[in-house]
Amino acid sequence: MNSSPQRSLLRFLTCGSVDDGKSTLIGRLLYDTKSIFEDQYEAIKTSSEQRGEQGVNLALLTDGLRAEREQGITIDVAYRYFSTPNRKFIIADTPGHIQYTRNMVTGASSANLAIILIDARHGLTEQTNRHSLIASLIGIKHVVVCINKMDLVGYKKELFEQIRSDYEQFSSKLQIVDVQFIPISALNGDNVVDKSANMPWYGGSTLLYLLENIHVSGDENLIDCRFPVQYIIRPMNDEYHDYRGYAGKVAGGIFKKGDIVMALPSGFVSKIKSINTADGELDEAEPGMSVTLLLEDDIDISRGDMLVRENNQPSNGQDIDMMICWLNEKKLVVGGKYAIKHTTQDARCVVRDVHYKININTLHRIEDDKNIGLNDIGRISIRTTRPLFFDSYRKNRHTGSMILIDEATNETVGAGMII
Amino acid sequence: MPTKNIYLKELESESIYVLREVAAQFERSALLFSGGKDSIVLSYLAKKAFAPAKIPFPLMHIDTGHNFPETLTYRDEWVKKIDARLIVKNVQDSIDKGRAKEEKGYNASRNLLQTVTLLDAIEELKLDCCMGGARRDEEKARAKERFFSHRDEFGQWNPKNQRPELWDLFNGRKNMGEHFRVFPLSNWTELDIWQYIKEENIPLPNLYFTHQREVIERDGQLLAKSDFLNLRETEKGKMMQVRFRTIGDMTCTGAVLSEASTIDEIVAEVAASRVTERGTRSDDKRSETAMEDRKKAGYF
Repeated sequence: MNSSPQRSLLRFLTCGSVDDGKSTLIGRLLYDTKSIFEDQYEAIKTSSEQRGEQGVNLALLTDGLRAEREQGITIDVAYRYFSTPNRKFIIADTPGHIQYTRNMVTGASSANLAIILIDARHGLTEQTNRHSLIASLIGIKHVVVCINKMDLVGYKKELFEQIRSDYEQFSSKLQIVDVQFIPISALNGDNVVDKSANMPWYGGSTLLYLLENIHVSGDENLIDCRFPVQYIIRPMNDEYHDYRGYAGKVAGGIFKKGDIVMALPSGFVSKIKSINTADGELDEAEPGMSVTLLLEDDIDISRGDMLVRENNQPSNGQDIDMMICWLNEKKLVVGGKYAIKHTTQDARCVVRDVHYKININTLHRIEDDKNIGLNDIGRISIRTTRPLFFDSYRKNRHTGSMILIDEATNETVGAGMII
Repeated sequence: MPTKNIYLKELESESIYVLREVAAQFERSALLFSGGKDSIVLSYLAKKAFAPAKIPFPLMHIDTGHNFPETLTYRDEWVKKIDARLIVKNVQDSIDKGRAKEEKGYNASRNLLQTVTLLDAIEELKLDCCMGGARRDEEKARAKERFFSHRDEFGQWNPKNQRPELWDLFNGRKNMGEHFRVFPLSNWTELDIWQYIKEENIPLPNLYFTHQREVIERDGQLLAKSDFLNLRETEKGKMMQVRFRTIGDMTCTGAVLSEASTIDEIVAEVAASRVTERGTRSDDKRSETAMEDRKKAGYF
């Protein structure tokens, strides 16, 4: 496999109900792109035979945990990798079962694209709606709806069109920019890697072609400069006596050598002396890059501070409104205190109010039920112990997201997206 | 020569971010170093993450006593080269203290015993975080691993109750006595590692390159003949032209027939390979969920 330097990375997730065939689809993508190795194939072939199944059960490739194999369902997010000469792909295979929806949120948070599987025999289900809503909420801009098991419905065009129009009607209420539809059979491989001879009426591209060619570069915020300071590098030796580097990952905008920047919360202004990496200096750094910034002036900056442009500052405050997806069996407590992680900042907060909960089937607001439990999504207000520097999640996924942590158990209990 | 490959740059940047997050969130961490290519790349990235300062945590080698001598030579040179601090903990000490019991028989290996030594070292040194070079593409149980993976006071992993990991917000909070395993290379594949080694020109133990070696054929594997391997009467050594795809104990790491003598040739070989690298490891073949079972108990 020859990799060209331009080869980029695409992170996507697959979601669907328990029997929609997610694991089979991933198995198919891996198998048809020759990313399954012989020993893996032999191992699942043997397992399939021992279980008395017909053919080779490709789902066994991703269902790695003992309990998953026993129950025949995916419990946890499984990450899979494959590449073609054009792209490297990271797949988050996420559970469909309702009690594991929190893992879908996990997989979705780092993905650019979501594949939503619908069983052609059943059409849209509650899970389809829930998954689409989560994908939309978590800022996934590209959705590919794969209408699967077309082989079981005689490859009928009418059925595909019906589901497509049902989904379009539903998703018009969501904020997904780009939705595409592909009729497939993951089991037989129709329209996954190769075009299906069984559906000549379908003129669109195969799933793999779409994944290889879709543009996701516009998903990062390249305008508003945000650099949360992660770690201070101070060699404290003779050679680098006065070296004080601010290490971190660019969360937004493009930082250039010579730029005037402001440190928050102190408000001190300085100039970028250099942008360092272990491989030498850079002229500029863009979102996603881990770099070390050196400033002209010796100002007091520590982890959790943020470097921005003076004339383009994030919101700054202690009262924050956000959508929350609850990830824990223990319900959200109004008036309860939680630890939070936001960019490289640690703080605490108190939940002041639940405004509404969302009915995930209709997207309607439920104003009279303010119980936010496992898998619920709602809008809340919090007050933090100290000011945070943030943007709306729509504007910047990195500075607009936070997690809530139960201070007694240390578990991550909520995923917050700032409004 | 730093890599110019976009996706390798992205992976490198992600790993550096995770390494810095470890340094910021934990007080006493260590990087588990085996002398294999993954932990070599991980320590190389640690060097990059904190340059021009020193790596702010030690490398720790759990030495089974069954290592290839080449691995140990390489280890000592590498640690010097990247200016790191090295801690070595010996499985033999755990055996002598009666903490671990040597396996018997032809397939005896000290692989499992490492867990005892590792957990003892974590307790003794009061480590709150151990980083490892494990990758999710290696094995199906590892495919479900988080970057920040919580371990209870017994060092156990609970795969059914892992903390959700969202965006790049890593929750390293824990109670006294608990610790974390962190895997900065989670998203790398075997081929990515090799491409990176090639483009960054990272030196490797010569075991990875083709050489003449006396090997024993057992259950479809080529094991290096050594004092540590109990031979059946019928088993005889044979000289072959081989190299190793992974480096572990001499007792359980299989060699592959190969003529590859340069990184370029290895990359070509790996890209064309139809068998995973764990296919050369007999420790994974003990049962279908061998890795999950070992990980739950506190293995790497």
